Amino acid sequence: MMLELRGVHAHYGPIHALRGVDMAVQVGEVVTLIGANGAGKSTLMMSLFGLPRASAGHIIFDGEDITGLPAHAIARRGIALVPEGRRIYPRMTVLENLQMGAALADPLNFEVDLQRMCALFPILGERRHQRGGTLSGGEQQMLAIARALMARPKLLLLDEPSLGLAPLYIRKIFQTLRELNRDHGMTILLVEQNAHHALRVAHRAYVLQHGSIVLAGTGRELLASAEVRAAYLEGGQVR
Amino acid sequence: MALALQQLINGLTLGAVYGLIAIGYTMVYGIIGMINFAHGDIYMVSAFIAVTGFTLLAALGVSSVPLALLVVLVVSVLFTSVYGWAVERTAYRPLRGSTRLAPLISAIGMSIFLQNMVQLTQGARVKPIAPVLIGGFDLLTIDDFTVHLAYSQVLIILVTVALMLAFTFVINRTSFGRQQRACEQDRTMTALLGIDVDRTISFTFMLGAMLAAVAGVLVTVYYGVVDFYIGFVVGIKAFTAAVFGGIGSLPGAMLGAILNGLIEAFWVAYLPPEYKDVATFAILILVLMFRPSGLLGRPEVEKV
Repeated sequence: MMLELRGVHAHYGPIHALRGVDMAVQVGEVVTLIGANGAGKSTLMMSLFGLPRASAGHIIFDGEDITGLPAHAIARRGIALVPEGRRIYPRMTVLENLQMGAALADPLNFEVDLQRMCALFPILGERRHQRGGTLSGGEQQMLAIARALMARPKLLLLDEPSLGLAPLYIRKIFQTLRELNRDHGMTILLVEQNAHHALRVAHRAYVLQHGSIVLAGTGRELLASAEVRAAYLEGGQVR
Repeated sequence: MALALQQLINGLTLGAVYGLIAIGYTMVYGIIGMINFAHGDIYMVSAFIAVTGFTLLAALGVSSVPLALLVVLVVSVLFTSVYGWAVERTAYRPLRGSTRLAPLISAIGMSIFLQNMVQLTQGARVKPIAPVLIGGFDLLTIDDFTVHLAYSQVLIILVTVALMLAFTFVINRTSFGRQQRACEQDRTMTALLGIDVDRTISFTFMLGAMLAAVAGVLVTVYYGVVDFYIGFVVGIKAFTAAVFGGIGSLPGAMLGAILNGLIEAFWVAYLPPEYKDVATFAILILVLMFRPSGLLGRPEVEKV
């Protein structure tokens, strides 16, 4: 078991954002979490790092209870996040952004990993001396993914990687995720509003509603489910 | 002409000292968005450590000036960086995540505390030391006015330039510097990449204190007197320099400090000297009216 949440509650300011979430991610799996805007998806992602800290319940990563550890200590155990809104460093070059991603990794791997990222996303190699803030949204998303991968994580988390991107980039990013999982065995937990793409790439999926898991199944099952179709697929994001 | 040259030298010396202190203000502002009002007093503490150091070394019979300088610099930098660390740890970190105003008030309290601590333990009177570095170069004489460049001025300018270069290298080229800049841009994200943000903030305070410590030692050598109140005045000047250049910007702090030093020196030479501080702050106000983010500061709006 890579990641397990047991009855996790979390508060985001005055809002009781997570109300007893149980979910699991197995080694080598792609798991998708879908849900409407405000369902608590991003809070769930951040609460894995203790931001906000789970007010009840336990988060188990790789056999260890990480509930209550500081964020940097959790990251050091091998979880990397591609956050909502990308959050690349706008005033650092592409190369420096990647160096930040590799801050915990073995420096001996740096060159190899850098080459790998440039092969994965050639645009990053071409723009390595350009400031992050000057990249387009899609390029920034690639940079955010590459930055996360530089740490050689055991578990890769992505929060809305397709948000606001052109279809071309969306396809590229989902294709990359599929390859990472298939060819490198990367375990991925993906949060998306773009349910169609996200469910197709997922082995298993959960639906989050008002801070609770209301539905779980394989990606295929959820794609076929009438409930999911009505709420998250046909007609876009219906609340 | 000769007077102008003399004041250029004096102004650069003064600016160098302001610059060493201004860096601490601007770095701390950059990383946690607060003005560390106790920073000037950190500088004052280091000046007292220098006085004690020089006096002690003289009593021990150390007559070599370079040796005495080196020992005092090292000791002062070490002790002062501990002060910088302790101030952050006790007065600011517990207030992180509180309102923006709380650490500011705490900083003012810390400043008063340090001043009173030194006043009580060292006395309120001005403390002189035996001159450490005497003499200098007479550069040229025009109409009976000799332009003098003291050895202590050479020392101040050389040490400052060397430190600024080293410091720029650390911030731009080392992994610590990168982490420091990363925290400045996005602290949460930096923690998510596995970096201990609290430790980076501690190091930032220590680094700022170290530079202020060097300034404290150099000023002690230059003027030969210290008192518990010097931190306030010089601190405000250095802070002004940081705002002048654009708070949060390192080159800005250096530029603002040099300009501040020059303005002060030239004003004193040609205009009523009692108005020199008024002039400094008036020019600051003028600059901020037309460039609210300072000379080299970033405008607040950014492309996302």
